[in-house]
Amino acid sequence: MSPLRIPRRRSCYDPRMPERPRVYKSPALVLRQRKLGDADKILTLYTASEGKIDVVAKGVRKTKSRLAGHVEPLTQATFLLAKGKSLDIVTQVETIESFQGVRDDLDRLSRGLYCAELLDRFTEPHEPSFPLYRLLLDTLRRVARGSDVDTPVRFYEMALLHALGYRPELDVCVACRRALEPLTNYWSAAAGGAVCRQCRMGADAARSLSVNGLKLLRLLLHGRFDDVARVSIAPPLADELERAMREYVRWVLERDVRSAGFIDTVRQRRPARARAPQAPT
Amino acid sequence: MNEATTSAAAPVARLIDEFHKLPGIGPKSAQRLTYHLLRIPPEDALALAQAIIELKERTVLCSVCQNVTEDDPCAICRDDSRDRSMICVIEEPLDILAVERTRAFHGLYHVLHGVISPMDGIGPDDLKVNELLARLRGGAVHEVIMATNPNLEGEATSMYISRLLTPLGVRVTRLARGLPMGSDLEYADDVTLSRALENRQDV
Repeated sequence: MSPLRIPRRRSCYDPRMPERPRVYKSPALVLRQRKLGDADKILTLYTASEGKIDVVAKGVRKTKSRLAGHVEPLTQATFLLAKGKSLDIVTQVETIESFQGVRDDLDRLSRGLYCAELLDRFTEPHEPSFPLYRLLLDTLRRVARGSDVDTPVRFYEMALLHALGYRPELDVCVACRRALEPLTNYWSAAAGGAVCRQCRMGADAARSLSVNGLKLLRLLLHGRFDDVARVSIAPPLADELERAMREYVRWVLERDVRSAGFIDTVRQRRPARARAPQAPT
Repeated sequence: MNEATTSAAAPVARLIDEFHKLPGIGPKSAQRLTYHLLRIPPEDALALAQAIIELKERTVLCSVCQNVTEDDPCAICRDDSRDRSMICVIEEPLDILAVERTRAFHGLYHVLHGVISPMDGIGPDDLKVNELLARLRGGAVHEVIMATNPNLEGEATSMYISRLLTPLGVRVTRLARGLPMGSDLEYADDVTLSRALENRQDV
């Protein structure tokens, strides 16, 4: 039996127009929102199929919007998008995962927003990368559940830098290319990684990098997340790692990551809760 | 000045430019508004100009609740019939009108003038948070109702303020989340629906 041949329908408008679907569907993570006009918002999505794109969500600032609850930042949702003149328009959306654990806790939320901002700053529109999509997704899950909220972020920073071609040098001194000795070395974001003691003499503004700090950075770079999660990291070491990674990220981006400030604010407020005296009743 | 305005007379072009700076006003709307003002009686146009001048010169922020007001403290803060043990914390002055319309709240307000938005670099120090803390030092306030918008930024702001206030021994509550009137369950998002289930009520 010969297959039934259906003649392809020609576009009746303009035959020169390339044929492209007017609507398309993709899972996406909402990175951020900004207001547009009276009731609309522009969403920055990281889609699994198109990479980072800005889309318009119409009417989402009205109480009765069917879209509003599904397009909050840090939501994974399936989007049905219609090709628009400049920006594509959200026609339907359904939440896949809303990371409630991240939303309900200020510490986790600050980390989640930082991760979303990093992906936004590091990527260009329409450059799809499923591994990066997957990386943010996994990180948000780890931040939502784990007892340690900072280690997933460190792992994410390192994986992101590595994936984008900014892997820091951790095996040899970036200046003299000799293998790093297991002593206190130095960290220079500008030079692109670790600097040995001798080379540091001439260079300026390199911060010290402890032996354990270097080991952990190597583990972040080469290990799986489960390996890193098994290590218990003391607060001073966690601080050292955070400062080193932030400095590196800042150097690569050539700007501050705004959400980093919020992590600090939230952290400052934490011990205050335990120390503050009870108000007279 | 853009192309369209260079051929117009200088005062006309200037007003078009000023209108164009306003939110939601494109170049065409700016031109239309300007030429409309050219045609209306002079006293109407002057009334508009005077209203703008008074808006800037005669309004201040209430030293208590930070709402926009002509007299300081504002009418609500001066009203003795209001419950001074409750403060409703809102994002923008317009939200007072929304809450007042319900006639269900008789306490005082506190306007934050924004919301924590980490990605835009807006932190607690950019809001009227310290002013709120100062109001609570008297010890007369028993409950603070967080009425920020139920979105990510609003929730973050409310969690942050709650973290600041709980050690002071003040009860901090949050507006309930549920389904809006006239909506459809089919389109409800998971967060709203799960909150609506958690906080279900006897019929």
